[in-house]
Amino acid sequence: MPSSITSDIIKPPAPPQGGGFGGGGGPDNWGASRRASMTGLMVLLAATTMAFAAFTSAFVVRRGMSDDWVALPLPHILWANTAVLIVSSILLELARRALKSGRRSGFNRYWTAGTVLGVLFLAGQAYAWMRLSDAGVFVASNPSSSFFYLLTAAHGLHIIGGLAALAYVDVQALRLRLGPSKRTAVDVSAMFWHFVDGLWVYLLVLFLVWG
Amino acid sequence: MLLAPIVWLLTVVICYFFIAKVWWFPPPISQHGIAYDEQFMRTLVITGVIFFLAQFALGWVIFRFRDDGRRASFYHGNNKLETLWTTATAVLFVGIVLMGTKIWVAVHLSDPDPNAVPIELMAKQFAFSFRYPGPDGKFGHTDLKLVNDAAGNPFGLDDKDPAAKDDIVSASLKVPAGKPIKLIMHSRDVIHNFFVRELRLKQDIVPGMEIPLYFQADTPGTYEIPCSELCGLGHFQMRSTMQVMSEADFEKWKIEQAANK
Amino acid sequence: MHAHHAPQGFIRKYIFSLDHKVIGIQYYFLALFSVLIGMSLSLLMRFHMVNPDVKVHWFATLWPTAAQGGIMTPELYLSLMTMHGTIMVFFVLTTAPQSGFGNYFLPIQIGAEDMAFPVLNMLSFWTTLVALGVMVSAFFVQGGAPLAGWTAYPPLSAVGRLSGPGEGLGQTLWIVSIAIFCGASLMGAINFIATLIDLRCQGMSLWRLPLTCWTWFVTAILGLLGFAVLLAAGVLLILDRTAGTSFFLPAGLLVSDTILNHKGGSPLLWQHLFWFFGHPEVYIAILPGMGVTSQLLSTFSRKPVFGYKAMVYAILGIGFLGFLVWGHHMFMSGMSPYSAMAFSVLTMAIGVPSAIKTFNWIGTLWGGKIHFTTAMMFALGFVSLFVTGGLSGIFLGQPALDLYFHDTYFVVGHFHMIMGVAAIFGMFAGTFYWFPKMFGRMMNETLGKIHFYCTFLGVYAIFTPMHWLGIAGNPRRYSDFTNFDFMGKLLPVHTFMTHAAYFTAAVQILFFINLFWSMKYGKKAPMNPWNSTTLEWTIPSPPPFDNFAGHHPVVNHGAYEYSVPGAPRDFIMQTDPVDVIAEPRH
Repeated sequence: MPSSITSDIIKPPAPPQGGGFGGGGGPDNWGASRRASMTGLMVLLAATTMAFAAFTSAFVVRRGMSDDWVALPLPHILWANTAVLIVSSILLELARRALKSGRRSGFNRYWTAGTVLGVLFLAGQAYAWMRLSDAGVFVASNPSSSFFYLLTAAHGLHIIGGLAALAYVDVQALRLRLGPSKRTAVDVSAMFWHFVDGLWVYLLVLFLVWG
Repeated sequence: MLLAPIVWLLTVVICYFFIAKVWWFPPPISQHGIAYDEQFMRTLVITGVIFFLAQFALGWVIFRFRDDGRRASFYHGNNKLETLWTTATAVLFVGIVLMGTKIWVAVHLSDPDPNAVPIELMAKQFAFSFRYPGPDGKFGHTDLKLVNDAAGNPFGLDDKDPAAKDDIVSASLKVPAGKPIKLIMHSRDVIHNFFVRELRLKQDIVPGMEIPLYFQADTPGTYEIPCSELCGLGHFQMRSTMQVMSEADFEKWKIEQAANK
Repeated sequence: MHAHHAPQGFIRKYIFSLDHKVIGIQYYFLALFSVLIGMSLSLLMRFHMVNPDVKVHWFATLWPTAAQGGIMTPELYLSLMTMHGTIMVFFVLTTAPQSGFGNYFLPIQIGAEDMAFPVLNMLSFWTTLVALGVMVSAFFVQGGAPLAGWTAYPPLSAVGRLSGPGEGLGQTLWIVSIAIFCGASLMGAINFIATLIDLRCQGMSLWRLPLTCWTWFVTAILGLLGFAVLLAAGVLLILDRTAGTSFFLPAGLLVSDTILNHKGGSPLLWQHLFWFFGHPEVYIAILPGMGVTSQLLSTFSRKPVFGYKAMVYAILGIGFLGFLVWGHHMFMSGMSPYSAMAFSVLTMAIGVPSAIKTFNWIGTLWGGKIHFTTAMMFALGFVSLFVTGGLSGIFLGQPALDLYFHDTYFVVGHFHMIMGVAAIFGMFAGTFYWFPKMFGRMMNETLGKIHFYCTFLGVYAIFTPMHWLGIAGNPRRYSDFTNFDFMGKLLPVHTFMTHAAYFTAAVQILFFINLFWSMKYGKKAPMNPWNSTTLEWTIPSPPPFDNFAGHHPVVNHGAYEYSVPGAPRDFIMQTDPVDVIAEPRH
């Protein structure tokens, strides 16, 4: 197959000799950078987990101690949003697999699609808020609605952050600037996105079971 | 080195002020207070000894091992010693808290006395108000909308409720000596705290919660009640008094209050 | 991480620098600026407490409404108190020891070129600065700064202007500032943790890390987990204040003649969330100081740290247990008495690793060859102050005794001894120790010693009497003591403490003179003025922009090999060849 700029096979380059700082044995420059980025991601995810753990405990306490909690009827669009988000994660994974086997254009397609679905999710969440406010349910209407708006807003902020990362990678890829050194950015953004996806499923279950 | 005698001097001075009880608790007026002071003393003696020994040891090593030309000894540690003092510390610390448990349980986890004299406390920015059930023995209905501090109705007593009409409202706490008291505490705005030094008791008063505090005061006298949880700009002025009087005097007081209504 | 070129231009070199060393110094100066504000606020507070009726002309100029006629109103006092605590805890104790010294020296001590994420590092500093700006702005808005204390308990902090001036915009700005600070803290934690885990040079195994690195590591983890919860709490509080929600506000509130229509919330929920952060926060404040103390006691006694492994386990133990004891701030709060007992036992447990560290410090000194440099004096002072401050915790950790001591000056004495003095001494010690490396010059030892002795005596004079005031039952957060008979008798103690505070504050001028004068005119510093063993002493003073000038250090020894028998000198650098002496087993 003739090589082209969109479907050439990328061979990972040989690691540089000597040089660079590693931790505990790895002499290559990127090794440290990739490892550090992964550690950094784990730290960020730990912090996000703690924040939502705090919100969850507030939720549980408030739910348990009051007699004024009215179960919130969840807008139906949330189901569609959830599906959209899960599919977007799947698309990102397909993109990563394509990149690993060197299929550049495949990567571009899947990753862009995943990013677009992410934006769609956000739009769907905004629509859900609209439905609620049309029904006269606002942030202070009831503790259940307070938590709903709070948790979806906090989650939404993380989606926006994730989208920024996804978009950055997308732009780099479409401009054919996604070299091997940016591979870590791909993996880190995808993993962050999967986490935010899982977080959404958790929040949905929380509302379904406890809300 | 100079630091050694300074540390020793500070240690001795500090210990003196504790031993001489220069600024101290007021005398206790209850059994709980007596038990409290015993636990405090136990803790003081143990921490005092540790304080003295630790500061003395610090001063000692500063003095003894100042650089005078000889070489330093070389050891990385001593596992036996490490285990020994870790265990000793753990036993001591956990031991002392377990000894204080009886006191805590007695205040908060023992069966309430059904004969306790019920008194309600209402805390607000920036005053304490107390309510007695009156001759009918019942606390009357209250409503936040009926609150009128200027007219002497901080509880918002409902005139239409006969049980409320005979409730006695007082700006200070009056209790009979030697009788168990149940202080039922509410706040109508922010968190306050009821504290009587001589009782060795305090309790946060939290809006949205009804918090009972059981105690018994044995020694007649008047004792100050300073609010002890930051409640706003008037926190430093939020004061009341607890008057402990003989049972006879207490009954007389209640009759007088009822008559004045 | 890619090797970077030396930065060019003033802005890149000193303002928006990516260099962890510059960022560390920026944080240090932010803390220095903040401590001046915090200290001034405390002096104003102490003045007012013993002179509540004295007219001070320039009070009225500064605060025309809040100090009309030159007399500080109680609300002004409380807002100064709130800002004092907030600025000291966040912008001094959480910045200098960790983000200041840690940023500068963690990469160097582990043999790295910079932090893992230099851009993030730069952002973390500027975010912190923005947070400080927002915090300080609270002084200048209508109503002034908030008055609910650094602990901001609702409902007082949640009902807005109804509960006092400063509770309007001032409190909101306070919460926003803290939220921004949480973000900055998280950025810092990401860098510290990733750097320590992934950028250690060859041979720098975990058991060879200097104890300073261990404390910076555990502190970063505490900050990571704690600040996230504080951020969540702050969001809930802002919603209660501005969006009409009822996370913390129950029904039945009548504030300033207004019946509020909140219902169902719990003030205790705030306390749980706040102190879940708040307790690890105080360990964030003290752990780096403990690391510095261990480092200095070892260096200046020419002896290894006694029980290095035990010290590491103690640091880890303190970090872990630090998350399990928050309820001891809430013994009197109305929470379950059973919870109180559980928290109490855990609190006593955390006293154990703290005691281990103290014993090991003395063990480090025992049999040593002590050089009394100013840095060493502050480290020794740290030990004395930590003992004093820590022991009062034994009283407070028992709910039975807290029945009297909660919210009295006993608590104020306890936490000032630990945070307001011991932690500060850790910063002074770090300053005198690392100044030669950072600025290439020596600080003045004579001035340093005078400053040390005066400060050491001064802080004991200020804070020890607070314990006796607590025993006498003097409540805290009172703007004046003239309304109570029993407090009137205690005024002479307050007066003494106030004068001690003036004296101690004045003496700090010696430190500032020393610091700034030495930066320009101090004697030139050699590479290793203290004959210390860790990696920062293998590079020039001050270091080149990439620390090791392209060289990759290889570590062959632990961090505290002093006075090893058979070694040519009384110290073995971590990078000395393996066969300097057979490595002793730990």
